[in-house]
Amino acid sequence: MKKLLIFAVFALTAAVTYAGGYRVSLQGQKSLAMGHTGVAVVNSAELVFFNPAGMVYLENKLNISAGVSGVFADVKFQNAEFGYSTETDSPVGTPFYLYASYKANDWLAFGLGVYTPYGSSVEYPNDWEGSHLVNNIELAAIFVQPTVSVKIFDELSIGGGPIYVTGSVNFNRNLNRTLSDLDGNRTNVTVDASGVNAWGYTIGAMFKPTDKINIGFNYRSEIILDAEGGEADFENVPNSPLTPFADTTFDASLPLPAELTVGFSYQFHSKWLFAFDFNRAFWDVYNSLDIDFADPNIPDSFNRRNYKNASIYRFGLQYEATSKFTLRAGYYFDESPVQDGFFAPETPRNDSQGYTAGLTFNLSDRFQIDASFLYLRFKEVDASYDFYFEDGVAVPFGGTYKSSSFIPGLGISYRM
Amino acid sequence: MKTYIKYLFVASAAFLASCEVEFEEPITDEGFYTTGEANMSSFVAVGNSLTAGFADGALYITGQENSYPNILANQFALAGGGDFTQPLMNDNLGGLLLSGNQISQNRFVLAADAEGNLGPAVLGGMPTTDVANGLASPFNNMGIPGAKSFHLVAPGYGDVNGVLTGTANPYYARIATNASATVVGDAASLNPSFFSLWIGNNDILSYATSGGSGVDQLGNLDPTTYGPNDITDPNVFASVFSQEVEALAAGGSGGVVLNIPDVTSIPFFTTVPVNSVPLDEATAAALNANFALYNDIVLPTLVSFGIISAEEASSRVVTFEAGLGNAPIIVDTDLTDVTTILQGPPANLDPATAALLGQLRQANENDLIVLTAAGVLGTQVGDDPTAINGVSVPLANQFVLTATEQARVAAAGAAYNAAIEGIAAANDIALVDARSALAQVANGGVMSNGVMLTNEFVTGGAFSLDGVHPTPRGYAYTANLIIDAINAKYGATIPKVDIGTFGTITLSND
Repeated sequence: MKKLLIFAVFALTAAVTYAGGYRVSLQGQKSLAMGHTGVAVVNSAELVFFNPAGMVYLENKLNISAGVSGVFADVKFQNAEFGYSTETDSPVGTPFYLYASYKANDWLAFGLGVYTPYGSSVEYPNDWEGSHLVNNIELAAIFVQPTVSVKIFDELSIGGGPIYVTGSVNFNRNLNRTLSDLDGNRTNVTVDASGVNAWGYTIGAMFKPTDKINIGFNYRSEIILDAEGGEADFENVPNSPLTPFADTTFDASLPLPAELTVGFSYQFHSKWLFAFDFNRAFWDVYNSLDIDFADPNIPDSFNRRNYKNASIYRFGLQYEATSKFTLRAGYYFDESPVQDGFFAPETPRNDSQGYTAGLTFNLSDRFQIDASFLYLRFKEVDASYDFYFEDGVAVPFGGTYKSSSFIPGLGISYRM
Repeated sequence: MKTYIKYLFVASAAFLASCEVEFEEPITDEGFYTTGEANMSSFVAVGNSLTAGFADGALYITGQENSYPNILANQFALAGGGDFTQPLMNDNLGGLLLSGNQISQNRFVLAADAEGNLGPAVLGGMPTTDVANGLASPFNNMGIPGAKSFHLVAPGYGDVNGVLTGTANPYYARIATNASATVVGDAASLNPSFFSLWIGNNDILSYATSGGSGVDQLGNLDPTTYGPNDITDPNVFASVFSQEVEALAAGGSGGVVLNIPDVTSIPFFTTVPVNSVPLDEATAAALNANFALYNDIVLPTLVSFGIISAEEASSRVVTFEAGLGNAPIIVDTDLTDVTTILQGPPANLDPATAALLGQLRQANENDLIVLTAAGVLGTQVGDDPTAINGVSVPLANQFVLTATEQARVAAAGAAYNAAIEGIAAANDIALVDARSALAQVANGGVMSNGVMLTNEFVTGGAFSLDGVHPTPRGYAYTANLIIDAINAKYGATIPKVDIGTFGTITLSND
């Protein structure tokens, strides 16, 4: 078994890898330190997110975990044909989580999770060469998830709950590659919507065939954020009947795709645990980003995305070094849902490999500090977005992208 | 524990530093782009309005920012080129003041009238660039709108006191280092390591845009005697052009010169069709009756007396028909002037009629009607409803460039281009064939990176609303031609620009 796993790890590392969309996998410092595995790991309230079915197997009556990460993301772009070179100056993202689980009795547990699994914050220099596609974007979604977990047999539990999402988006770009006012200021639009609410659900199951092996399954449903009546603010519009861009409202839909996870954990030594998760993200729901402006004089904006479903392979290792310290490390690779010719700079994510590490320090029997670090490495990629049109003619925009993210995270766990 | 955290911190900092995002081959690395044997540390561009970034009938800031020299300098900078200064105007209106009085109009913008019809209109507002507030400094961009070849070496061309009398140029007066400075002298004072020179266009263009109102000065070697609309003698051109190249090339690593395009393929000459006068049946019949005497009696009589040739007589026949496609009557100063003859026997015409018919003919498909005639053709002259421009009143000479006049322009242009080619070769500098490039734009258009450039007025993308000067996109196309020539001549690898990212015409109802 071990040999097979090691082989699998090496085989996969050698493969070309991709990472995905505006999903931000930072839903727990313990799990993240282990490559963001957790669908079959029973060690904290992080299970509220990773697999609600597992809550009922937690030893303590009450478990609470909270934490926050700092996302330091950097994207560089260059185009050797025309001499373009630019770099994002994105604000630091701070995804967070708060989970609590309460075991009512031996077979029933309740939980509540608040977390931020989707988001994006990318800021290019204004009027950069790709400003007709994006100047900056800020996308955030907070998930609130009450959860129940039920043990059916000693070896099998199920769990799940509804998810309430509240999201916001702010997106600015220039109207096209050249339009500007009399003083040369580029005409641009900011679309802004907040308090966009939607519902979804999560369900999970956990199977414990032996003391040492857990097998987990979790499915989180697709959630479509329908922004209705958001504000569209047009700036630097020429005073001409040919450019009737008055401020208006807009409707748009942004899908948060469903995600399926299966995995297992294996306690192969009293102090060592190995975990593997496989995620399948159903990105094919993100076919097009369409902005429907209320003002009939303003043409609607259609932006093809044509994402494909994508897989993520996660590996984690945990070592209980001393009674005070638990050390963790992990690796994952993340397949991009972005297809050839659809590489839009607003989500400049291609192949990525995540290298994770972290530790838990036991302050006391009840309190733990969880630290994690993720280095997300993207391969340099030559990519383009070929579905931008001017006067009916496709005008591809592309070049070489190179990005990386450093993501330190800190959390606290409490158990009673 | 404390020590442990310290080590962790140091280790993470080292890790972060080692993970700095960097391309395998960053284009920002020194040596990624090269200027080859050319040295772009001090690039100086010399020329006329085309070099200045003039567009839409005026010089204004955003136009200057899109001048081909500025576009070039931005690309040179990627390969280690130096700073590039331009005498930026004060505003984006573009008009000029001289001691507070406006002496040139603001830029054109594309405006829509109440019915939604689009057309060029002069942008409103009081300009703020006063020629009298001299900058007295040489700039890397020494493009002087209106300059002819010999102006660049003419002392006094920048004397502000000569602007109103026409002996000096307001754009140069604004920047000339002193009243007797020359454009080329000021440019050379920057010790250019590389230069561009595009001059000679106005030496034929002003004659052409004035409908051949000036004189072809072929054989006259003294340009101080030339009028503003005259054609410069090719020997004068060759002499000053050579002088200019030598002055600019001295001490530098090289340069690039551009030849003179066929000025008659610009929208200023190709937009208004020759046969666009609408007439109803009654009017056409009345006009034909009026001209019957001229067509049937006067012209044959003149031929029989040997005053004009049969060929000229047939070119002077005037006929109208009901419909939209009538050519206007014009004064052609190259026809035999028969005004005096017609007043004597046997015609005995009154002086007014004789003057009307003196050099009269109807325009034909070989004539070019200038853009500014669009607002004149078919309009009433004065209070007399029967006096219609182009119908009963000949279209003035300034609105028509006849075939004969075109031939003079073409001959001079060809001579200039031969001189430019020879001087470029003699000085071993790069040459851009702007003439062929414009010919391509004018004959079917040029496709570049998904963008089409044609010489169609307003919609073609290449020409601004004055019908003469390029748009920013047209200038970007020019810059690419120059980069190609420099890369080829000097073994450089300067990247070109994506012309689609440069704008065309500006919309505004202001």
